[in-house]
Amino acid sequence: MASGNESIKKTLFVALALCLVCSVFVAAAAVGLKPIQKANKDLDRKQNILAAAGMLEPGKSVDEIFKNVETRIVDLQTGEFATPAEIKEAGINPATYDQKAAAKDPKLSIALPADKDPASIKRRAKYAAVYIVKSGDGIDRIVLPVHGYGLWSTMYGFMALQNDFSTVVGFGFYDQGETPGLGGEVDNPNWKALWKGKEVYNDQGQAVIELVKGGVSKADPEASHKVDGLSGATLTSRGVTHLVQYWLGDDGFGPFLAKLRSGGEK
Amino acid sequence: MSEVKKVLFGPILANNPIALQILGICSALAVTSSMNVSLVMAIALTLVTAFSNFFIAIIRNYIPSSIRIIVQMIIIASLVIVVDQVLRAFAFEISKQLSVFVGLIITNCIVMGRAEAYAMKNGPGMSFLDGIGNGLGYSAMLMIVAFFRELLGAGKLFGHVIFETVQNGGWYQPNGLMLLPPSAFFVIGLIIWALRAYKKEQVEEPEFKIAANSRAQEAL
Repeated sequence: MASGNESIKKTLFVALALCLVCSVFVAAAAVGLKPIQKANKDLDRKQNILAAAGMLEPGKSVDEIFKNVETRIVDLQTGEFATPAEIKEAGINPATYDQKAAAKDPKLSIALPADKDPASIKRRAKYAAVYIVKSGDGIDRIVLPVHGYGLWSTMYGFMALQNDFSTVVGFGFYDQGETPGLGGEVDNPNWKALWKGKEVYNDQGQAVIELVKGGVSKADPEASHKVDGLSGATLTSRGVTHLVQYWLGDDGFGPFLAKLRSGGEK
Repeated sequence: MSEVKKVLFGPILANNPIALQILGICSALAVTSSMNVSLVMAIALTLVTAFSNFFIAIIRNYIPSSIRIIVQMIIIASLVIVVDQVLRAFAFEISKQLSVFVGLIITNCIVMGRAEAYAMKNGPGMSFLDGIGNGLGYSAMLMIVAFFRELLGAGKLFGHVIFETVQNGGWYQPNGLMLLPPSAFFVIGLIIWALRAYKKEQVEEPEFKIAANSRAQEAL
């Protein structure tokens, strides 16, 4: 090895030159691949929405089916669709709105006090993107984003409701890190199928749907508000109950859905 | 020629980075619950090891020894970021499953270990092959572990159902432990046992012998 390698000048030179070369390299890869990554992310989101709504058809492209879906921004505080002026002011593009990122942005989110945060999400975005499937002039079904903490991880999912805004069409998580084989069974298609046809709200309009230990008995008069818990995953099951009740309750989409039900919003 | 062969295929059985050098265990535990993910991880690590060895070998005579570890880190980290970006663009599903573990290739001891032990002293060509070889050794181990974990844990191979599980109306009661990271310890341990039974020279000299009815002091 050349003895000149150890001088301070040489050391600084090598360090600087290497950093420069590497940063150009990394930046080129990041910038060059960005459009493809974004398209992937977009496609993935659409696919998850359609899967929850039960609209995925093999052989048909996701983008094509998604044309029937309208993305609207909802102001969770008021329970109304955000007006174009509000959307513009908040700097949101409905087609690419990222609620996960918005929940971290102080301008676009609110901190939740501990007693108002059953789903353990700490901060909640002010606006949520909902996905509406139209049939004629009316709404056929609506897909709502939900998330909350399970045992190890924050679980992100979509819940699709019928146009009575209480009956579940489909429910599924697209991002979770629960224990494989136990809590991870939230991804099991057989379990997800149990949600279909369940009623979220009781006669008083409260979000009462919950997971129960040991399975739902058919004789239970409340069976339509109950879903089998996941065996061996008490805490994950509890997390799912909390997040569903939170997001469909008064602090989540509750007021918005109530307005839709009374026909006030179109 | 025999030197090339030794560098390229030696690490698979004779000098396996996981089984003999016991390096890179962390990711071997984390990503081996399914074969698809393991395969991508194995390819990613092989490429990173090969190219980091290659680039480090090229500039090895210009690296001041006071900052050589940092220089190696920068090269490795840059390569890993590029691999991560490429995966996100072209294998989105799998990159979601690998999540943080692609980034953790940076800290994989195999990559650093080969850079420091081989690439700092050998030419770019041989260093590249050494990286490929060690990557292959890592890959072989990962695939074997993933084979057992996915088959016994989920009844599948590469996502195709081999044993129909009870949950889906079949006969196979899956072993949930196999899907959890600790099971990889058992599988790796058994492989190391088998490997050392076959290649006796890998058995390490015991530091002390235990005789029947002896006390600890006597054994030393």
